[in-house]
Amino acid sequence: MKNLLALGFEGSANKIGVGVVSLDGTILSNPRHTYITPPGQGFLPRETAHHHLQHVLPLIKSALEAAKVTPNEIDCLCYTKGPGMGAPLQVSAVVVRVLSQLWKKPIVAVNHCVAHIEMGRIVTGAKDPVVLYVSGGNTQVIAYSEGRYRIFGETIDIAVGNCLDRFARVLELSNDPAPGYNIEQLAKKGEKFLDLPYAVKGMDVSFSGILSYIETTAEEKLKNNECTPADLCYSLQETVFAMLVEITERAMAHCDTKDVLIVGGVGCNERLQDMMKTMCSERGGNLFATDDRYCIDNGAMIAYTGLLAYSRGLSTPMEESTFTQRFRTDEVLAIWREKELSNMDTVIEETY
Amino acid sequence: MQRSFLLVGKIDMEMMTDKKEDSLVLVKQGAEARVFESQFVGRRSIVKERFSKKYRHPTLDSKLTQKRLNAEARCIAKARRLGVPTPVLYAVDPVLNSLTFEYVEGPSVKDVFLDFGIHGVVEEKMDDIAMQIGHAIGKLHDGGLAHGDLTTSNMLIRSSTNQLVLIDFGLSFTSSLPEDKAVDLYVLERALLSMHSSCGNVMDKILAAYRKSSKQWCSTLNKLGQARKEGRIKMTQNKADKGNKYKKVDMKWIKRWISASVTGFANNILTLHMNHRDKQHTTL
Repeated sequence: MKNLLALGFEGSANKIGVGVVSLDGTILSNPRHTYITPPGQGFLPRETAHHHLQHVLPLIKSALEAAKVTPNEIDCLCYTKGPGMGAPLQVSAVVVRVLSQLWKKPIVAVNHCVAHIEMGRIVTGAKDPVVLYVSGGNTQVIAYSEGRYRIFGETIDIAVGNCLDRFARVLELSNDPAPGYNIEQLAKKGEKFLDLPYAVKGMDVSFSGILSYIETTAEEKLKNNECTPADLCYSLQETVFAMLVEITERAMAHCDTKDVLIVGGVGCNERLQDMMKTMCSERGGNLFATDDRYCIDNGAMIAYTGLLAYSRGLSTPMEESTFTQRFRTDEVLAIWREKELSNMDTVIEETY
Repeated sequence: MQRSFLLVGKIDMEMMTDKKEDSLVLVKQGAEARVFESQFVGRRSIVKERFSKKYRHPTLDSKLTQKRLNAEARCIAKARRLGVPTPVLYAVDPVLNSLTFEYVEGPSVKDVFLDFGIHGVVEEKMDDIAMQIGHAIGKLHDGGLAHGDLTTSNMLIRSSTNQLVLIDFGLSFTSSLPEDKAVDLYVLERALLSMHSSCGNVMDKILAAYRKSSKQWCSTLNKLGQARKEGRIKMTQNKADKGNKYKKVDMKWIKRWISASVTGFANNILTLHMNHRDKQHTTL
């Protein structure tokens, strides 16, 4: 069988990425460009969309060149349907429609969260882990059950990355390469642990209260020299990551799973990976984590997930190649996972 | 009541530690505690020992462990007082961070429901369990107690009497807010959806029984509905989105982009589209 090739477009937040991937998971190219705002500021939808517009075409060119493929060799075009910011999402949706007409290639719409999971699974080789998906827009604990990726726990207000990013704005940390990365570096110098609110409800977490608390105490304590910005970053990280590890562990206990996969932008945080690794080894399981190439939004993950669906006969007609800001992980029928299982069944039948 | 538990704990400490050496058998390692089977003054018992979490900062860890141990003992005592079936608490040990309970013989509701999923639902038994769950939660809530972690693995069925027993009050707290009660029900609802979707609509039966036994069911269920709509429970959130989501792409514009793309595939196609979008204003 010919090894299928897909071109994937990701532009749901402040990164625009284009990737070329084959069905066996080989990443032929995966360039991306990040919209970086000045310290103290976040990214706004319209400006981000304009950034994506400026960079998408050069990225397509460089992706194809680096992968040494021509548009003819591509089998399908995949894009992020959602969730994410509307205006930036629109850019990749439009690009895909245009390219589909020019190159006469089918379109596959992809759920961003599912793409993160599938990318994490293929890169790390994790079979059926509990997934902690943590980024600037999402915080979910996910496990596969009965045809779908089900959400066991999640944030009931803002995402953990959003909490960290917004605190970075308070401290006016640089947004280059990412605010979370700079918090992580600063936290390494922190010594004093400050008591912060701790909000776990069942398998859900909440971060907005912690954020408002630390925003107000930061101002006071920094003024009175009671602590350093490093202490604040350290305490914030320790608290929110402890919450995340706790709900992940709960989900593991509930699903009787031993392995954990961390995906999403916050997943590159080494402190979070450390804490999770400690928890996993206590339970006799393994932690699967990836580095910034795959954790952070990229085109390859969209291409790969789209290709999984395409190889099972799914594609999206032009009329339905829309995008949506809200798109739950559990809305997607992960048919490629079913096939995986039934394949295994036939293998078992054959051996016996 | 608290004090008497503590006293019992102290008196029997030595006896317990003597026994611990030879008779502690690990039953289950939970997310927060290890559960052992043991003997307590000659009775079959369950010891729940909270262990420190190495991944957490030591300060945070001891704060959480202490707080949760005390809260759990208090809440389980309160639940019993409210007439909700729970295991009897034998002892509290604040040094080893352990609680000793009566041993309840029987399967968890999770196992029973999973069995229904495999072998088909026994309607009669299912109705009975759902009714007991609803009544227990109703009593708990009317007494101002929220369980905090209502999952099917935290409910047992006592084999001798078929009586439902609620366990694990580790995340319970006192609250009379309808919102907290709604979150309790919501946690249960999602646990049922994610683990037992093949069992049919158990939640409706539970809520029907809840309505009967809780006097304040109205405000709680209102909050539950409201919370769902607000997107806290996102299962219904997509309704609000449908207009946007299923909107078909405007083919007129696509044709225009294509004709533009024939003359020169470049940024201008996209800019054209973006201008159109800006004019339309961002409804997205």
